[in-house]
Amino acid sequence: MTVPLTIDVAGLTKRFAGRTVVDHFDLQLGEGRICGFLGPNGSGKTTTLRMICGLLIPDEGEGQVLGLDLRSERAEIKRRIGYMTQRFGLFEDLTIRENLDFVAQVYGLDHRRRRVGEALDRLGLATRADQLAGKLSGGWKQRLALAACMLHEPRILLLDEPTAGVDPQARREFWDQIHALARTGITVLVSTHYMDEAERCHEIAYIAYGVMLARGTTEQVVVASGLRALTGEGPGADRLAADIEARPGVRTAAAFGAALHVCGTDLAELRTAVSPWADQIRWTETPATLEDVFIDLMRHASDHSVQARP
Amino acid sequence: MIERILAMMTKELRQMRRDRLMIGMMFAIPIVQLMLFGFAINSDPRHLPLAVEYNDHSQLTRSIDAALRNSTFFEVTRIAGPGEADRLVRRGDVQFVVTIAPDFTRDLVRGHRPQLLLTADATDPTATSGAVNAIGLAVRQGLSHDLIGPLADRADRLPAIDVVTHLNYNPEGITSHNIVPGLLAIVLSLTMVMMTAMAVTRETERGTMENLLAMPLRPIEVMIGKIVPYLLAGFVQTAIILLFAALIFHVPFQGSVVLTVAVTMVFIAVSLALGFTFSTIAETQLQAMQMSFFYILPSILLSGFLFPFRGMPGWAQAIGEVIPATHFMRLLRGIMLKGWGVAEALPEVAVLAVMLLVLGTVAVMRYRDTVA
Repeated sequence: MTVPLTIDVAGLTKRFAGRTVVDHFDLQLGEGRICGFLGPNGSGKTTTLRMICGLLIPDEGEGQVLGLDLRSERAEIKRRIGYMTQRFGLFEDLTIRENLDFVAQVYGLDHRRRRVGEALDRLGLATRADQLAGKLSGGWKQRLALAACMLHEPRILLLDEPTAGVDPQARREFWDQIHALARTGITVLVSTHYMDEAERCHEIAYIAYGVMLARGTTEQVVVASGLRALTGEGPGADRLAADIEARPGVRTAAAFGAALHVCGTDLAELRTAVSPWADQIRWTETPATLEDVFIDLMRHASDHSVQARP
Repeated sequence: MIERILAMMTKELRQMRRDRLMIGMMFAIPIVQLMLFGFAINSDPRHLPLAVEYNDHSQLTRSIDAALRNSTFFEVTRIAGPGEADRLVRRGDVQFVVTIAPDFTRDLVRGHRPQLLLTADATDPTATSGAVNAIGLAVRQGLSHDLIGPLADRADRLPAIDVVTHLNYNPEGITSHNIVPGLLAIVLSLTMVMMTAMAVTRETERGTMENLLAMPLRPIEVMIGKIVPYLLAGFVQTAIILLFAALIFHVPFQGSVVLTVAVTMVFIAVSLALGFTFSTIAETQLQAMQMSFFYILPSILLSGFLFPFRGMPGWAQAIGEVIPATHFMRLLRGIMLKGWGVAEALPEVAVLAVMLLVLGTVAVMRYRDTVA
């Protein structure tokens, strides 16, 4: 099954004041796919999103978004994609309805009243339409922002950390909505720091220091990392993190509650590393998690990279 | 407690140090104020431009000329030919014209007390009042060297000449006639520049600019859409001030209302373009406000609003010339008090048009449809 590509960029590079923020970034994304965009703070996620949506002109690299050229057809790209900024980008001193009406008018949409009305109904905000947007809670602001950038029915959604500071239930609903949109064929590229959100994506891309380090489905990324993990349970297991991490063959060790989660690339080496504590603590092999992979990638970003293409 | 206050102070100083614009303002404002109030401004103006129309030439008229030139009150800029006097005063090229009648010397010799006509542009009473007295004094002192021997009794029967003063355009010397039109220029500068500068910066500060830029809005569309509402606000301000000027201050309105509105539109456009340019430089609303304030200060002090423009030193006049309010104020006073028509307004309008072109270009060039 091949789906048509909606995002197809290659070699995107952006420098600010001589510092390379994004370094030869490639991404192909098909219709209806949800791609989680992960990476530490300052890794170039926002810059990449801005280049894709036409807010920044790349210093190097080419690409097409919805078949439009990333450089010469920026204006048309802006018209056809939805971009939700990290910070609430609507006007706090306008009402919910006024905000939506403004967006609809900027995009030159027909049947503006009807569209805005429908969007309000979908949002469940019809009764609060005349409330100032600034008065909404974080979760509602985020829903309003999503509704606003979906108003012109874009085929691509770029979401920059949309769920930062939003409670778990609102996040869950938000993701249900993202999946519903993807089912209609919309391509979603969403940056996030949450592992559970990453796992809800069809595929993920991990970027650090402007370089893509891992790419693929969750399983592919975990497998490609070659990481193995041991979980230790027993009295004081959680306090051993620093001691065990210093041992050869251990890449990361982190406490989760009372248990300790230890990662390395070689299972035998791992077992040797934890052997001094084998009498008090019971060690069992557990699958490496996406979080293990990302923590590991972050720590070894300069000397290690995982490439797995779907 | 001291420790905690110290902590606050340290934090405050550190934050202050990061705001370069504010530091600049903190040091620049006192210096600029000192320069302006200390040197540029003079409520007892000197070196005002004066032209003399000679219809008589003699040793006596040459003495008068020398006396006027020696006086620090006047800058005898040119000798006008017959009939040019009114035009020069009307255009504002000179503040005063002294007209010496054809038979001046003969009448003086015969002891007929000849008239010396002084025509003054009295739109700004502060510029004229002191100078009118000074002219009579200077002329009499100049003549005193010549009125000797057989003419000595002319000097005894002082005044030997009769200085007739014509105060044009504001004969009663009512300050408000001059101030009120000027105030329109100041109020518009203040609100138009500051409002636009802050309106655009607000988008950046609140994070809504990125969203605007991600939408299919072109820079020119954002600019026009932002500016027009303030243009309307400017018209309302203009209407209020002009109505008050007419109904309460009874400022004469010699010229055309249409021309006034037309030049006001040009000026508002210049102010908005300037405000927009500020907004492309300032990062926060506070900075935009500081920049606007920095612009308003010389607009009030160096434009001829409160103090006679011609009475300022050359460097201050040079700065004043590049301030849009200076030209708008001349236009308003010219049209309202002197009844300027299109032909007389054109040179000043041209200056404003050039400013608009330059600022508009800068504003559009600095505005980006990309972030950073």
